Amino acid sequence: MRYLPLTPADRAEMLAVIGAGSIDALFADVPAAARKAELFDLPLHAGEMEVERALSALAALNRPAGAGPFFCGAGAYKHHVPASVDHIIQRSEFLTSYTPYQPEIAQGTLQVLFEFQTQVAALTGLDVANASMYDGSTATAEAVMMAQRVTRRKKAVLSGGLHSHYASVTQTIAHAEGMDITRLAAAIDAEAAVVDAIDADTACVVVQTPNVFGTVTDVTAIAEAAHAAGALLIVVTTEAVSFGLLKSPGEMGADIAVAEGQSIGVGLNYGGPYVGLFATREKFVRQMPGRLCGETVDAEGRRGFVLTLSTREQHIRREKATSNICTNSGLCALAFTIHLSLLGERGLRELAALNHSRARELRAALAAVPGVEVLTPRFFNEFAVRLPGDAAQTVEALLADDIVAGVPFSRLDPQAGMGDVLLVAATETTTSADIAAFAAALKGRATR
Amino acid sequence: MSMSNVGRPTTPHAANSEGHASLTGGRGLLQDEPLIFELDGWNKTGVDLAAPEHDASDLGDLVRTAPIGIPGLSEPETLRHYVRLSQKNHAIDLALYPLGSCTMKHNPRLNEKMARLPGFGDLHPLAPISTAQGALALMDQLAHWLKTLTGMPAVALSPKAGAHGELCGLLTIKAAHEAKGQGHRRTVLVPTSAHGTNPATAAFVGYSVTEIAQTEDGRVDLADLEAKLSSEVAAIMVTNPNTCGLFERDIIEIARLTHAAGAYFYCDGANFNAIVGRVRPGDLGVDAMHINLHKTFSTPHGGGGPGAGPVVLSEALAPFAPAPWVVADGDGFRLVEATEGPAAQGFGRMVAFQGQMGMFVRALAYMLSHGSDGLRQVAEDAVLNANYIKARLATVMTPAFPDGPCMHEALFDDTWLEGTGVTTLDFAKAMIDEGFHPMTMYFPLVVHGAMLIEPTETEPKQELDRFCDALIALANAAKAGDADRFKGAPYLAPLRRLDETQAARKPKLTWQRGSNTVSPAPLAAE
Repeated sequence: MRYLPLTPADRAEMLAVIGAGSIDALFADVPAAARKAELFDLPLHAGEMEVERALSALAALNRPAGAGPFFCGAGAYKHHVPASVDHIIQRSEFLTSYTPYQPEIAQGTLQVLFEFQTQVAALTGLDVANASMYDGSTATAEAVMMAQRVTRRKKAVLSGGLHSHYASVTQTIAHAEGMDITRLAAAIDAEAAVVDAIDADTACVVVQTPNVFGTVTDVTAIAEAAHAAGALLIVVTTEAVSFGLLKSPGEMGADIAVAEGQSIGVGLNYGGPYVGLFATREKFVRQMPGRLCGETVDAEGRRGFVLTLSTREQHIRREKATSNICTNSGLCALAFTIHLSLLGERGLRELAALNHSRARELRAALAAVPGVEVLTPRFFNEFAVRLPGDAAQTVEALLADDIVAGVPFSRLDPQAGMGDVLLVAATETTTSADIAAFAAALKGRATR
Repeated sequence: MSMSNVGRPTTPHAANSEGHASLTGGRGLLQDEPLIFELDGWNKTGVDLAAPEHDASDLGDLVRTAPIGIPGLSEPETLRHYVRLSQKNHAIDLALYPLGSCTMKHNPRLNEKMARLPGFGDLHPLAPISTAQGALALMDQLAHWLKTLTGMPAVALSPKAGAHGELCGLLTIKAAHEAKGQGHRRTVLVPTSAHGTNPATAAFVGYSVTEIAQTEDGRVDLADLEAKLSSEVAAIMVTNPNTCGLFERDIIEIARLTHAAGAYFYCDGANFNAIVGRVRPGDLGVDAMHINLHKTFSTPHGGGGPGAGPVVLSEALAPFAPAPWVVADGDGFRLVEATEGPAAQGFGRMVAFQGQMGMFVRALAYMLSHGSDGLRQVAEDAVLNANYIKARLATVMTPAFPDGPCMHEALFDDTWLEGTGVTTLDFAKAMIDEGFHPMTMYFPLVVHGAMLIEPTETEPKQELDRFCDALIALANAAKAGDADRFKGAPYLAPLRRLDETQAARKPKLTWQRGSNTVSPAPLAAE
């Protein structure tokens, strides 16, 4: 077996040093009833070529986003990742290292995390950021739990524009902690209804912009209303490229900003691994979940970085920790940081502008199709359209033309009564030819 | 073109190199590397993008006008920056990485290649189900392997890491109790030797934590467990093999007592590597157990993540599993995404989308490569390697539990350091100078000055011997009174010991223009 270096002679020699008669003797503490003498009913080992063949056959059954016209968004976005990003993250020293608990031999990872935290704070317009969460949805749930710790209140208001999966994750976690979650009805401009739901028991308001329908909202007024009631404003962003064009959460008064970082440096991966961004104001730093990297000096006065404020964390504080998170999304944070370092402010702004431009082109093309109504008033790179028929059926039908038309809203929220609503996204990877093909196919179908 | 040395052969010059320093502060090829914010990148970019055809005038004052404050670099500068940083890291590919409880095994590169196939890496999580049949088939296969290896009937794949799996397991248990009218059960029993994530997870879902004592031979104290089990207890959380590297001999009795009290048995599967292919947790009476795909099934640790923590579930708990899951449906697969109909009892959702697909691909590639025979060999070699280290180091160090074999990791206490003036931490830092990553220190908490060594099965005997020789030499040096070697260690790492107290007292968590001190360069200082 190619991954196992011991030879039979090694094993015999080692057993002799140990003073054990056999391998079985080392398993003597296992109750006899649970010892399996025979092999499990699974295939035997296979060579690299055979494994590659088997998995390639499965991969070939999927239709990659890059295979043709593709318009899905709704929390995960098809972006170009520069080749150098994937090259660097596959360096052994990054790929095969552990959490940097021994800072003297982990300065590579630690300095990257410090750069990541600084970049995330800058993007979100807030003071501090942690070293990453699993993804945007779990970061949202953690933000709600943090707001409960800060305000000592039990109620959270979730906007109807929050991604349905994010709302479900938050409800699942917060419910277990005895929080009272008010989830407002899904609507294109759902943010308008948020202020009225805030009361004196509210710990936090969770608002997404651009929201799940793509609607961009200035949440400043919501921040003011939340603060007046003693509540925190949590702003969620599922499309991190939008930070390059839109006002930042911090600028609009957010107390906590969480985001899905997948769009920058991380591929689609059928949903994971992704990277959760989590930023807040300096005064709340000791209530933050997750790892934090901080600057310090070594014994010779040279600058270095360490994991810090770990008295918030489970391995020190156990049941009094701010979160149970341990493993985070380090390698995806690295990918994010490298891609953002390639982009820089100039590249990020250009990329965001290009995304918006492509989406405007898509909007114009779809709006011209008879029977199609564009629902989202202000958008970044995705928006909702109402189709003449069922959105899921339309998506299925357009697959015949090798067009993946988008995400039917009913897939995210079957109970919302929006079976005819389709979420469509365009990015820098979307070409004019893709857009023309989509519009033509939709038109052809509408007139059939 | 190669450089010609003809006529200028070098000859060694035996100058004393002690105390030699470079003029610019670096150490040969290992250069001090500034932060990205300190490089010349304030008006650069390393990407070339087409000009947009439409502007953002439709967005009015929603547009960000204030500076963002992030630098950019060309591709060569970016590569150089991050490759230089990478060289300051230790990694499995460089040497044995003996972190107990972390299972730092070799990460096969085939798995990386497979995860990057466009059919997996470039697949959108909400792509139409008919265009993702291969992904669902892969998840179904992975589930089959996990269920077969654990002897459990169901698995929830979506949790994103071990602690997230624990959360999933406890939420499943909570839902099951509520469905039986047992929602008043609010206590979780956890042994004193448990991972910190266990009590943290229990508290996160609103349970109170009661500790169970440990016996002198490092196992759960059955009498104490029995005394603390009651109609208030929702679950016990036991790691097996436990964090002392020992198999819980009474595990079947622990499960029986737990079930008799109406509670569920959550097993922390962090140490599954020791028993994979040989012992099925389902045969031990376990109700729920997470499996760290980044430990047992070799997905890379990546400097702290991402991981994946699928949770296998017993028949009693399976109906309460979270969405989504895959079902085989006639001639294809589909995904149950909403908790309705047959899934109405599910407790909710752990994550957006389906979980760590990238890790699923890698883990399945690992399983297919090893097969049932190879996986059994994994457990055997992992246990053999740990016992070999224990036997060799027992000549100079003190095993915490000297009697009987250990499983996949060998635990030592600091009795043998008494009187040397050297602590566990000092000893561990001196290992860095010998080219090894320190072992897990001061964990588990039940052993004084604990040193927990897990070699894994992917270490050759020669590397084990190199490691043992280094530790024996260090132990002898400590006992011989060479305390400075330890107190000041590491001397030969990219940095000396860091001031963690200062970092926590006045946290500096981001770079700010003008406020961060760049390492003093001797040339500039003179």
